[in-house]
Amino acid sequence: MRLNRVALYGLLIVAAFMLMAPVLIMISTSLKPMSEIRGGSIFALPTDPTFAAWGKAWFGDCTQAVGDVCQGLSSSFMTSVRIVIPALILSVGLGSVTGYALAAWRVPGANLLFAALLVGMFIPPQVTLYPLIILVRELGLFGSISGLVLVHVIWGVAFTTMMFRNFFKTVPQDLLKAARIDGAGFWPLFWYVMLPLSLPILGVAMILQFTYIWNDFLLGLTFGGRSGQPMTVALNNLVGSQFGEKEYNVDMAATMLTALPTLAVYLLSGRLFVRGIAAGAVKG
Amino acid sequence: MNGVELRGVTKAYSGLAVMKDINLEIEDGAFLVLLGPSGCGKSTLLNMIAGLEPVTGGEIHIAGRDMTKLEPDERDIAMVFQSYALYPTMSVRKNIGFGLKMRGMARPDIERRVSEIGELLQITPLLDRKPSQLSGGQQQRVAIGRALVRDPVVFLFDEPLSNLDAKLRADMRVELKRLHERLGRTIVYVTHDQIEAMTLATRVVVLEQGRIQQNDTPENVYRRPANRFVASFVGAPTMNFLDGKLVRDGDAVLFDTGAGCLPVAGLPDHAAHLLDRPVTLGARPEHLVFDDAGCAAKVLLAEPTGPDQYVRVAVAGAEVTARTGPEQVFRSGASVSILADGARISVFDPDSGQAIL
Repeated sequence: MRLNRVALYGLLIVAAFMLMAPVLIMISTSLKPMSEIRGGSIFALPTDPTFAAWGKAWFGDCTQAVGDVCQGLSSSFMTSVRIVIPALILSVGLGSVTGYALAAWRVPGANLLFAALLVGMFIPPQVTLYPLIILVRELGLFGSISGLVLVHVIWGVAFTTMMFRNFFKTVPQDLLKAARIDGAGFWPLFWYVMLPLSLPILGVAMILQFTYIWNDFLLGLTFGGRSGQPMTVALNNLVGSQFGEKEYNVDMAATMLTALPTLAVYLLSGRLFVRGIAAGAVKG
Repeated sequence: MNGVELRGVTKAYSGLAVMKDINLEIEDGAFLVLLGPSGCGKSTLLNMIAGLEPVTGGEIHIAGRDMTKLEPDERDIAMVFQSYALYPTMSVRKNIGFGLKMRGMARPDIERRVSEIGELLQITPLLDRKPSQLSGGQQQRVAIGRALVRDPVVFLFDEPLSNLDAKLRADMRVELKRLHERLGRTIVYVTHDQIEAMTLATRVVVLEQGRIQQNDTPENVYRRPANRFVASFVGAPTMNFLDGKLVRDGDAVLFDTGAGCLPVAGLPDHAAHLLDRPVTLGARPEHLVFDDAGCAAKVLLAEPTGPDQYVRVAVAGAEVTARTGPEQVFRSGASVSILADGARISVFDPDSGQAIL
């Protein structure tokens, strides 16, 4: 029994270390000055830790400015925020309503609609990229943040609708009947009864959508244009387009900065996330 | 006139008829129980009265108005569900007040009505709890409160006591009966439990395969079942059925099964036309009497229940159950003498199953 415990924890520690190693190396490298990186091992800890590389990644290094390369990630961070917040609210908000409508009301052609949503979820984004470009261009939104938000909402709503529909399908029929007898129509039933019930799923949908949208590279690159470049695209530019010596410490710091928001969201909402997944798993 | 009237109501699911030409008049203030086995259509019928399911044909009138096409909340009805169906995220207070809020009643009025209901049902201390913090019985009280607060003309109950344990069920039964006597409102109550039907109803409608089998007082449903289905569905242990002929033997009447006889004492005169033709005799356990004037029978097994005992007996080539007091001791294999009480038995047509006595 005791031996089992030791073996179990040993295994977990090894697994955790293997998963953590790249992140630890990134952090360690980002804290080193270039001289240390040039001379030392990749596994060596920084002897003289400095946040200079983080500062450079965030604010940019205007002494070597070529055009707007001077800007660090700070401005694209704001762009990402301006993309994520409306896209998140719209995709989750719309998905919760459409999922509710599909689950709780008799919608003509609901099964067909649902099948379409399923297909929508499994098609790789590359396939629909060109039609989407045409759509957004015709709407006059190409190369703007609104256009990018629209594309994220279109992509996200299939997924969120599915999540909410599957959750709302588990709500007992009697509850819906009781609400109808109490006189609750479409919106009151949603607002007073269903939405409060769906809080765990709402949390999960928010977290997953936040992660997808924040981490997206392809759609941002395609639809954002110059003004709407999210942080991931900016990171790619920063890492891929430097002159002279490769500044690994700045690259690592920039990568960490880009990944930090999603990490923070997971850490802060971990409990809610697990609860929502469990709620879906048990009932669905 | 705050009753309910169903005129030629039918219901079909993709062409398959589940309710067939239901005509039913429910008097103002009646406690009508829809009784039947699972799948007989009783809940479907209730849902149609509620407006939760559209009818395929026919009309539903409530309080003298044609409500066939109206939404549930426009029908002036309230419903209590087997699963209670309380809103899990709302407090008891909000649960009870929700229907009033949806009707746009002012907040102070809602508060006042909810507290009145809380006092009536003695749930005032529970008003600020969530449904998940209540026991099954308490949840059912809240569900009843949610129906009462609306002050509807008709209450609909869908197996409201089925999820409660036996003791609580008996208590709630008494409370429901008191509530009905106090409010005097029309109640339509669905159950598969015949005890609930017998104790609560002023009128029982027995349903089977989407048809009304009998619509009568609880006493008559038990004493004078309209057909074999009703006879076998109501009453526990179930009624004994014997196929054979009633024949005259001197002054007495015997039931001849072909494998033996069972004396029938005191058959009424108007049953004379039933003699000498094939019939099915229906005798409840209490209609079989241990009496020296009876014919010879053999005890197979005795089941004492406390106040009574049920005795399985082999007679006239069949096995029947007789009910008797607990005093006498019956040993398996013992010889006894048994007869049927002709004043209380039922007689059915063997082909149609309809009662002919």
